[in-house]
Amino acid sequence: MRRCAIPAALSIAVASGAFPVAASEIGDPLRGAELFAEECSACHRIGPGATDATGPRLNGIFGRRAGSLAGFNYSRAMLRMGNDGLRWTLPTLDAYIENPKALVSGTRMAYRGLADAQARGDLMAYLRAYSDRPQDIPEAEPTARASAPVLPGWILALQGDPGFGEYLSAECTTCHQRDGSDQGIPSIAGWPEQDFVVAMHAYRQKLRPHPVMQMMAGRLSEEEIAALAAYFATLE
Amino acid sequence: MILTRRELIAGSAAATGLLYAPAVLGQGKPKVVVIGGGAGGGTAARYLAKDSQGALDVTLVEADPVYTTCFFSNLHIGGLRDFDSLRHGYDKMAAGGVTVVNDRATAVDREARTVTLAGGQVLAYDRLVLSPGIDFVEDSVPGWSLDAAEIMPHAYKAGPQTELLKRMIQAMPQGGTFAMVAPPNPYRCPPGPYERASMVAHLLKQTNPTAKIIILDAKEKFSKQALFEEGWGKYYDGMIEWINPEFGGADVAVRPDSMEVVVEGVAQKVDCCNVIPAQTAGRIAAIAGLTDESGWAPVHPDSMKSRIDGNAWVLGDSSAQGDMPKSAFSANSQAKVAAMAIRAELTGSRLFPAKYSNTCWSLLAPEDGVKLGASYEPNDDRIASVESFISDTGEDAALRRRTYEESLGWYAGITADIFG
Repeated sequence: MRRCAIPAALSIAVASGAFPVAASEIGDPLRGAELFAEECSACHRIGPGATDATGPRLNGIFGRRAGSLAGFNYSRAMLRMGNDGLRWTLPTLDAYIENPKALVSGTRMAYRGLADAQARGDLMAYLRAYSDRPQDIPEAEPTARASAPVLPGWILALQGDPGFGEYLSAECTTCHQRDGSDQGIPSIAGWPEQDFVVAMHAYRQKLRPHPVMQMMAGRLSEEEIAALAAYFATLE
Repeated sequence: MILTRRELIAGSAAATGLLYAPAVLGQGKPKVVVIGGGAGGGTAARYLAKDSQGALDVTLVEADPVYTTCFFSNLHIGGLRDFDSLRHGYDKMAAGGVTVVNDRATAVDREARTVTLAGGQVLAYDRLVLSPGIDFVEDSVPGWSLDAAEIMPHAYKAGPQTELLKRMIQAMPQGGTFAMVAPPNPYRCPPGPYERASMVAHLLKQTNPTAKIIILDAKEKFSKQALFEEGWGKYYDGMIEWINPEFGGADVAVRPDSMEVVVEGVAQKVDCCNVIPAQTAGRIAAIAGLTDESGWAPVHPDSMKSRIDGNAWVLGDSSAQGDMPKSAFSANSQAKVAAMAIRAELTGSRLFPAKYSNTCWSLLAPEDGVKLGASYEPNDDRIASVESFISDTGEDAALRRRTYEESLGWYAGITADIFG
């Protein structure tokens, strides 16, 4: 069981944090290891030196295109899904483990599926430890699930507060210059509040195409967007 | 009585102020000393001074009076950016209320809360921020040492090394070989060595088109690999060879005196050799006793505060925080969270939840840029990646040009954000 770090201490949250905002783990990798032994290991190998068996090896499964391991004899259905663009991510693996035939109709994986969402999470947490680490391969699949924004009431009360917006804006000003300069990245200083809010929601819904902005806007709450709009509107 | 929203906020802020009553009871303003004036330290110093509006005494210690950014230095090597465009002074930061001391920190006494500088000056602090970037692991590439960097440059701390490497590439004979020893994980800027290979290829293509580039790599894969390999095939067909562990990339030594690389015991003469060694936290982090057995400095994921000392913060490349790559963007993002947390402790200012993000742009060829990015949230044991994206292979030239222009905008933006 290498690299399955057990959260070191609960005191961390107490030490400096005052917020419930935290990414949630995919699941418990130790429980996942037990599940793997029970449910998967008859056909699949994982870990250092793992090879293909009845099923393909599962090292590096996260981010891999379906049916893409050279040398493994996949079903035509799996190859077709791979060619259609299916990649193994948290949501796609979750759906596949829950009911393989729901995702890949003609799959050869003779597995009844795992109905319990928590168990699937635990299993995926175990599998995730054997795929790329984001510290080294930053584009690697996530290692945790994003939190829904849970903000203390006093922050929510700051709707449209430019002071809160100024704090949040630190994330914007890595790219968008406060003084309104426009060199390859558009200026957002002095935008009317309404325009700002509408644009951010369009990114959130992925109607506007830019991936960085989709990501940034995607994790802002309504209140945060309002605060940012209020702040940027004050800049000349 | 009906409270307005404003009064409610003012009330809770006051209560917060009591809770966070300044821990420092001495005379005068609380003192923050920041060591390292790059993306992490520069940003932290500037934001601490700017946002505390004079309530904090902020000192930045940086050896170099003019900082050279390692980010975008590959573009200089490729001939696409002049060296001066990478250089940034600290005048605006000083004007913004930061005391800038151009000296090197040599010791930290965490009991007495002092930093000693090479020039003998001793700075007292209430909170310490370390953002010293990287140093190199001695003997990680057999035959190479820091002394050999004049013959086989690392060019992985920007400055004279960057210019030296460029001159050596330009001096290569026609049809000569450029070798790069790529670093093992984890290291600064995961796509950096491969962007560098692209830029070296671009430079050689103009003047030395029969030259070869070999990358000796102990890793089985690398960041943006599919994008780089597609770009290399498109622009520099046959010029770049990536030698992974299967072909000996993990068994490499160098001989600076005879300008040879030794792969699986077989020596090969090369004409220019760029050794990017294994990396560790900037030396002062270890001297301060803030690193662990990994060589990096463990920090709390929700604040970037050291796990070893409650009065110290470690930012950027030197920190061990979890999933974020070691990049200028990451350091800048972490510095803002740290500055907020430090202000909250020392002045009772409001504390907001930590948010982190990163984007890495890389250039394959002139006007052909690609990018990746991710957002992160703290959880109990690390800063965790919760969403990621990457450019697609096969994108059209217009989108790639747009991505390149965006990277130029980012450079202008982040350097303004760091240096003022």
